[in-house]
Amino acid sequence: MKGKEQSKRFEIRLAGEGGQGMILAGVILAEAAAIYEGKYVVQTQSYGPEARGGASKAEVVISDEPIDYPEVLSADVLVAMSQEACDRYASNLKKEGLLIVDVDKVKRVPLTTAVKIPITRAAIEASGKAITANVVALGVLVGLIGVVSREAIEKAILARAPKGSEEMNCKALARGFAEAEALLAVKQKAQKGLAIGTWDTG
Amino acid sequence: MVVRLMQGNEAVGWGAIAAGCRFYAGYPITPSTEIAEMLARELPKLGGIFIQMEDEIASLAACIGASVGGMKAMTATSGPGFSLMQEHIGYAAMAEIPCVIVNVQRLGPSTGQPTSPSQGDIMQARWGTHGDHPIIVLYPTSVPEAFDLTVTAFNMAEKYRTPVILLMDEVVAHMRERFETPPSEAIRVIDRMGTSVPPEWYKPFGDTVGDVPPMPSFGSGYRYHITGLYHDLMGYPTQRLDEINPWIERVHRKISAHLEDILLYREENTEDAKVVIVAYGITARSARHAMKIARQHRHRVGLVTLYTIWPFPEEVILRVGRTARRVVVPEMNLGQLALEVERVVGRHKVVRVNRADGTMIAPQMILDAIEGR
Repeated sequence: MKGKEQSKRFEIRLAGEGGQGMILAGVILAEAAAIYEGKYVVQTQSYGPEARGGASKAEVVISDEPIDYPEVLSADVLVAMSQEACDRYASNLKKEGLLIVDVDKVKRVPLTTAVKIPITRAAIEASGKAITANVVALGVLVGLIGVVSREAIEKAILARAPKGSEEMNCKALARGFAEAEALLAVKQKAQKGLAIGTWDTG
Repeated sequence: MVVRLMQGNEAVGWGAIAAGCRFYAGYPITPSTEIAEMLARELPKLGGIFIQMEDEIASLAACIGASVGGMKAMTATSGPGFSLMQEHIGYAAMAEIPCVIVNVQRLGPSTGQPTSPSQGDIMQARWGTHGDHPIIVLYPTSVPEAFDLTVTAFNMAEKYRTPVILLMDEVVAHMRERFETPPSEAIRVIDRMGTSVPPEWYKPFGDTVGDVPPMPSFGSGYRYHITGLYHDLMGYPTQRLDEINPWIERVHRKISAHLEDILLYREENTEDAKVVIVAYGITARSARHAMKIARQHRHRVGLVTLYTIWPFPEEVILRVGRTARRVVVPEMNLGQLALEVERVVGRHKVVRVNRADGTMIAPQMILDAIEGR
């Protein structure tokens, strides 16, 4: 049995290594949707017993209705920041799902339609710090699919950013938006008429 | 009203504060640690006390002492610490001392899987300490319910002079959901009954209306004896059968005579249901997801979500079990509360859905059981 309910849910999975800020990215995305857009949201996570390293994963389910099952059933979006994360979760994507990878960390990509962006490198270029890679990833994600508004994600990031790091995070977010726009522009030019939902950047 | 994204563990901490808890003693352990972290930060601001103890045995002992001194007290732990607390859970039941014990379960036995969810402590919460004793065990399915049921846990502990256990799933403890802080006037808080009789007339374990004797605080002029031995009305050890029997009858009656107040559950679509799912904790949300899909396909499926798992709500299960052809019991263990459901509705009607590998039960597993696959 398949349910109609699944179509009302939007499921996002952010996965990488412990220390990359994937869980924080999930929390920020969930706050953007819950606090600034009034949606129903459940954010869950899993991580290993280690403080750093090991596999780390955040899941965000967003809906206009109360959410029963709290975890991702099959993801609409996967952001993979490590090869292990990509290997483990890519097969769980929906058929029309979007895969975003940090191309410097993920060498084997199982989908030709994946969006490949040097996320960590872009973070260093934009803000001088690799730790803003999670914010760049959020910028790419929101820029591409608009699951929450740009204003909402920016407010959520600034509400979480430690004092003094606001500018750095804004730069990282802007870079993420820019990467998404560049990609959409290329796509529009090259593939006019193709259905939205295919993300061939190859 | 302030809208926030809140973690389940955090909601337990805020619920405790809203209920009037001003004493926490504990030993941090995954996946319950955020409760200790937030209360260590917030309790001192309110003039409350936070103590990190040397272990879980001492943690509950400190809570019992604080409660006798008149404070509302809580501790939080996970499986390994919950095992250590069993001795004092029995002591609190015997001495009738209100306290709240939170157990955020993790995959066991032993140190098991600290970061993985499990519902393996269902029977331990009921029978972990030795001897016949009454106990109340509550079980939230969401972040807002973690807040509400923590308040309820304190209210029941104070009202019935009993330890109350709040069982939680790791998923609920760590998940974040939208939370609207209720205004304080909307929160019903119950305080324990004091007494106005002169200290020399006070009988700490005397028979009273409602079977719950009033409990003045130590240090307020009332002196009495507290022991884990069977005791008489004044609290002194006794071996007299005419004192032991009335005591054990009363402490069980004070719970069993108030089931209407104590048993919390939610029924959905049970009126016409041919298949009823009985679930608790995070598994109830998998079950609701499955029920909705099944009903879209015209299967007459109902759901009973249990928020109070002990005492076991026999009458409710008996009633829904009478009309249902099948009762599905999904649990993240190898079948614990299913034993109770089977006892009430009969083994032939019950379909167990079990998983004890640190992974949630997906709706599809429950759908398969509904369809008899």
